[in-house]
Amino acid sequence: METGLAIVIGLFFAVSVYLMLSKQLVRMLLGIAILGNSVNMSIFLNGRLTREVPPVIPQGLLVPTEVTANPLPQALVLTAIVISFSFFAFLLVLAFRAYQEVGTDDVNEMRVAEPENDPLPPQGY
Amino acid sequence: MAGPISSAKVDYSAAMNLAPVAAGDWLVVAPVLISLVGGAVCLMTRKNTQAQPKLAMIFLALLVAANLGLLVRVLDKGVITMVMGGWLPPFGIAFTADALGATLSLVASIVAFCAGLYGAVTVDGTGRRYGYYPFLVLLMAGVCGAFLTGDIFNLYVWFEVLLIASFGLIILGNDRPQLDGAVKYGVLNLIGTNLFLIGTGMIYGVFGTLNMADIAAKISELDNAASGTLLTIGVLYFLAFAMKAAAFPVNFWLPASYHTPNIVVSAVFAGLLTKVGVYALIRIFVLIMPESRDYMADLIAVVAIATMITGVLGALAQTEVRRVFGYLVIAGIGSMLAGLAVGSNLAISGAIFYAVHSILVMTALYMAAGVMHRMGGSYDMRELGGLYGANPAFAGVFLILAFAVSGLPPFSGFWPKVMLVDAAMSDGRGWLAFAILLSGFLTTLAVGRVWIYAFWRGGPEGTPDGTAVAASGGTISIGSSALWLPIGILTAMIVYFGLQPEVMFDLSARGALGVIEPLGYVRSVFGDAP
Repeated sequence: METGLAIVIGLFFAVSVYLMLSKQLVRMLLGIAILGNSVNMSIFLNGRLTREVPPVIPQGLLVPTEVTANPLPQALVLTAIVISFSFFAFLLVLAFRAYQEVGTDDVNEMRVAEPENDPLPPQGY
Repeated sequence: MAGPISSAKVDYSAAMNLAPVAAGDWLVVAPVLISLVGGAVCLMTRKNTQAQPKLAMIFLALLVAANLGLLVRVLDKGVITMVMGGWLPPFGIAFTADALGATLSLVASIVAFCAGLYGAVTVDGTGRRYGYYPFLVLLMAGVCGAFLTGDIFNLYVWFEVLLIASFGLIILGNDRPQLDGAVKYGVLNLIGTNLFLIGTGMIYGVFGTLNMADIAAKISELDNAASGTLLTIGVLYFLAFAMKAAAFPVNFWLPASYHTPNIVVSAVFAGLLTKVGVYALIRIFVLIMPESRDYMADLIAVVAIATMITGVLGALAQTEVRRVFGYLVIAGIGSMLAGLAVGSNLAISGAIFYAVHSILVMTALYMAAGVMHRMGGSYDMRELGGLYGANPAFAGVFLILAFAVSGLPPFSGFWPKVMLVDAAMSDGRGWLAFAILLSGFLTTLAVGRVWIYAFWRGGPEGTPDGTAVAASGGTISIGSSALWLPIGILTAMIVYFGLQPEVMFDLSARGALGVIEPLGYVRSVFGDAP
């Protein structure tokens, strides 16, 4: 089970890296979205996969009677999902605004902040 | 939902700290609390552009006071820990303030205070309505939280808090270059935090805990089988934080974006953001994973040399003053990484001292660039000139800042460089020491040229020698104390630390000892028992 999930996570990472190497901004953003998901799955896997009962303590007891699933990675992943989702939303809007202003989504041509033919500093006094 | 368990039967002391928190220990969470409340208040009053700066300044002043109180208490009582919810560590999220975190937190809040003052002039009504002050105060929540937290996942969360606040600041104004720079800044920083998160997940997989003190205590008991995994985590963390700190191969987001926003935003970013990355590197590699640091020392040294040299060469190749300073931020990061590469007590102290110096001087330089823009009407070295004639006192202040950033005595940049060179030489890393000195020399050329062109010569390019053209002066009065006061405060601190370095020697030595000998840190979290 863990091996299988590890392979899936590896595929996710491969896809996200491939997409991020693209020069189209939208593809890069899709790559980042997939990267976030693969990171979340790897956290989940690091909490160990078990097919045990949910971590709920029966009424009247102080500790669970049997091995339960690990709730902490789920809490971590939930935090990370919320954060990466909001960042992704922000970056999508930002990319769209940049596309409107700069007129291209090819990162090689996005040279407004660092112009290609920037003058050299003065050579002599 | 009343269960059959009566609370009398349950021994809460096995899982909770029942003793009330000492009144002074609330200072550990005070900086974050003040920033979050302040951010919320500023957000509520964002339409009231007159009252909002005053409210923000009250909160930023409170923040400085809280950080000062915290530092005094840490120096007095040693490391202080507060665990959220009163749960016993490692189950509750711990906030642990040691000398390193408290010092950097204090210096960062002073810089934020100065930026709040400066922003009252440079940020117009639109910028205020779009949230300059709320974002600035919330940024401080992220920065102080990152400096004070004792939990790795919590560190990730504070990184995200400061990142989202910095996104809000960097696009303030909505210019074309800004949007272009913000895309590169945003995308690369998001990839960096994702790498950080992978490493954090693996840390949890190996140790079953995310509390820094817990990991520091457990790592020595780990058998050799896990050393490969640890090294993977170490490399991931190094890549992630090197990206945050703008170290050599992964630093291209910084020169692409730092010159685009409002000048006060550039000043805050140059002062604070990269240094949080350096702090995380010191915290992770010296406190938690010293073996990974030993193993990667040569790699870190190579990265440090490359960062210093490429940074300062980049600065030499620029004609835009803000971009020169952007590259100088990178060169400074290289010096701090040099301290991390050596890793001795002296070297880490030097890196901490350098971080404090760099926070102060880079912010002050960007603020000075803003004043130069107001006086000369441009950020371009070719178009600036005659500023010495316009305001000799300001020319002197800029010269002080230029000397400080180059590491020339008697200013604050000199002492950490002495410590770093000394530590590198005694560790047998002559090349590292040479690179530190070379980058200092080249920095002198880069900022010296800015001073000569913008201040010393009579006017813009083409002005005949020996004649002086009056600087255009700009449309807004430059006599405003809100512009001079922040630069004055920062310059005074730079001069003070240069003339009286004992204060910083003591603070940085205590900070370094606190991470190199983690016993005090671990005891603060877990008590004396283990």
